[in-house]
Amino acid sequence: MSDYNFAYLDEQTKRMIRRAILKGLAIPGYQVPFASREMPMPYGWGTGGVQVSAAVLTPGDRFKVIDQGADDTTNAVSIRKFFERTTGLETTTSTAQASVIQTRHRIPEAALAEGQVLVYQVPIPEPLRFLEPRESETRKMHELEEYGLMHVKLYEDISRHGHIATSYAYPVKVEARYVMDPSPIPKFDNPKLAECPAIQLFGAGREQRIYALPPYTGVVSLDFEDHPFEASKADHPCGLCGAEDSYLDEVIMDDAGGRMFVCSDTDHCETRQAAGHRGKDAA
Amino acid sequence: MYVAVKGGESAIENAHAWLAEERRGDKSVAELSIAQIREQLSLAVNRVMSEGSLYDADLAALAIKQARGDLIEAIFLIRAYRTTLPRFGTSEPVKTGEMSCDRRVSATFKDVPGGQVLGPTFDYTHRLLDFKLAAEGETPDAPAREAGPGDVPHVAEFLGREGLIEEAPRDEAAPPDLTREPLEMPAGRALRLQALTRADEGFTLGLAYSTQRGYARNHAFVGELRIGAVPVEMEIPELGFAVEIGEVVLTECETVNQFTGSKTEPPQFTRGYGLVFGQTERKAISMALVDRALRWQELGEDNEGAPAQDAEFVLYHADNIQATGFLEHIKLPHYVDFQSELELVRKLRREVADNRTREAKE
Repeated sequence: MSDYNFAYLDEQTKRMIRRAILKGLAIPGYQVPFASREMPMPYGWGTGGVQVSAAVLTPGDRFKVIDQGADDTTNAVSIRKFFERTTGLETTTSTAQASVIQTRHRIPEAALAEGQVLVYQVPIPEPLRFLEPRESETRKMHELEEYGLMHVKLYEDISRHGHIATSYAYPVKVEARYVMDPSPIPKFDNPKLAECPAIQLFGAGREQRIYALPPYTGVVSLDFEDHPFEASKADHPCGLCGAEDSYLDEVIMDDAGGRMFVCSDTDHCETRQAAGHRGKDAA
Repeated sequence: MYVAVKGGESAIENAHAWLAEERRGDKSVAELSIAQIREQLSLAVNRVMSEGSLYDADLAALAIKQARGDLIEAIFLIRAYRTTLPRFGTSEPVKTGEMSCDRRVSATFKDVPGGQVLGPTFDYTHRLLDFKLAAEGETPDAPAREAGPGDVPHVAEFLGREGLIEEAPRDEAAPPDLTREPLEMPAGRALRLQALTRADEGFTLGLAYSTQRGYARNHAFVGELRIGAVPVEMEIPELGFAVEIGEVVLTECETVNQFTGSKTEPPQFTRGYGLVFGQTERKAISMALVDRALRWQELGEDNEGAPAQDAEFVLYHADNIQATGFLEHIKLPHYVDFQSELELVRKLRREVADNRTREAKE
């Protein structure tokens, strides 16, 4: 498509975004304000991730887009198509072959490698937002490293429910400094944030924030000594590929409420099936 | 048997094709032209231009047609287009005192130099459906008269001469551009006004109305409301002087509000200000009331905790493109997060049930 610049954004805008990314990488976990642009898709549908991807993609990249872990969900299809049209780049569904992966709500099951970039779509970048609605206040709390409120919230969960009642967008602390929202990934994925060889970039378009984790960054999920963090998932193997250790979607099969569990990461599941793994529900 | 859903791509394409068909409607009915929308739905066009922050009536009309009359969708189309345009520079401040007014009313004085000009207003129409319009009759021409001389002084100036209204000194600082810089708090008045002029009309109206009903009441009078065309001038660096590059129609509203004064300041009226593209007077008046409410701090008023006084609340929620995007995104799949919640709720319920059984045994 010749009407628009490579990856849609003009070079000035890309430069502005790249500066925000570099600043984010220099201060892991810190939310960098950036002048988010109106994109041709709605705010809340991945405009932050799209702008970050547009700023980091270069000719020769291989791009993968997932939503809920899957390459074939409608919004993933739509975003992939947008970049196919505006960059002419080759896209892939293979995690291993992708150089840039844009994701919503999951980290791929396959371990990422050096040289890869994982771009997260972020709805609410501020981990303290639902404790304090004012941006002017939460920025001050980060400045002063004043995270007591968050610990009180987690403690209240334990006293009420016996557990920390946060199952996704579970807050983490980065390099013992900033408390960060990992975007709404299930807490099952949290351990993969830490010491990851790939670059992890987080883009929040509507909220005009970018933050980042450079490779091999220390990331710790918040917890208490007597209530340690626990990554949880449905206690089943995948019905299609038999994987015991992947995050699962629950699919309702019939009117009687029969259900099966399948890998949320479609590439992971297909790769395993191609290698001969079979679950109990596989054809 | 479960098969992972494929074919999202063709589903999307088919949805788009159906959407295009629905947009066109019954093909035995003549298709709307852009010119028809521009000329006959001009207030919709004005709203799209003002909230889209792009003064181009033809593009706004096209957006309205493409959006099937959904104005927020049309505003979105305009915003997405606008963001791809280069920014050449900054115009000179427009001189609204030199506006050739189609409409100009003051509610604070019975008559003022320049006169009261009703212009094309719905104000005194009786809201009775005009069935003649359904019969496609032509409208007779309105009586015409010579346009008055431009240069109609602002009503506030008359109050200013007596020191009865706060001064509004000219600020030479270049205003920030919220389409190029992230909106950060605290926001100065120039930035607040910029956000308000493109804010959702309904949201701004609701907030303004809330101030009238006592949530940070500021006793507003419409000192003046004027609508008309003003020239836009821009200094061309190569020339070294400003040249006229076009003309825009604006609605300007200046409210006169009460102010009790303080130990150091004698009692004086204060101002609220609204300036919006096109004939958009509901929005301009609303904007002026909200602007005034947001100025509580600089005027030494109490924070009543009213929504219209809260700049973070107002400015972060006034943009309908941000709001509608985030609101509607909850239609997108969320099953990964929902699954993790399901597991958690099941676990918590299991524990409660186990505790009950244990207690029953004891």
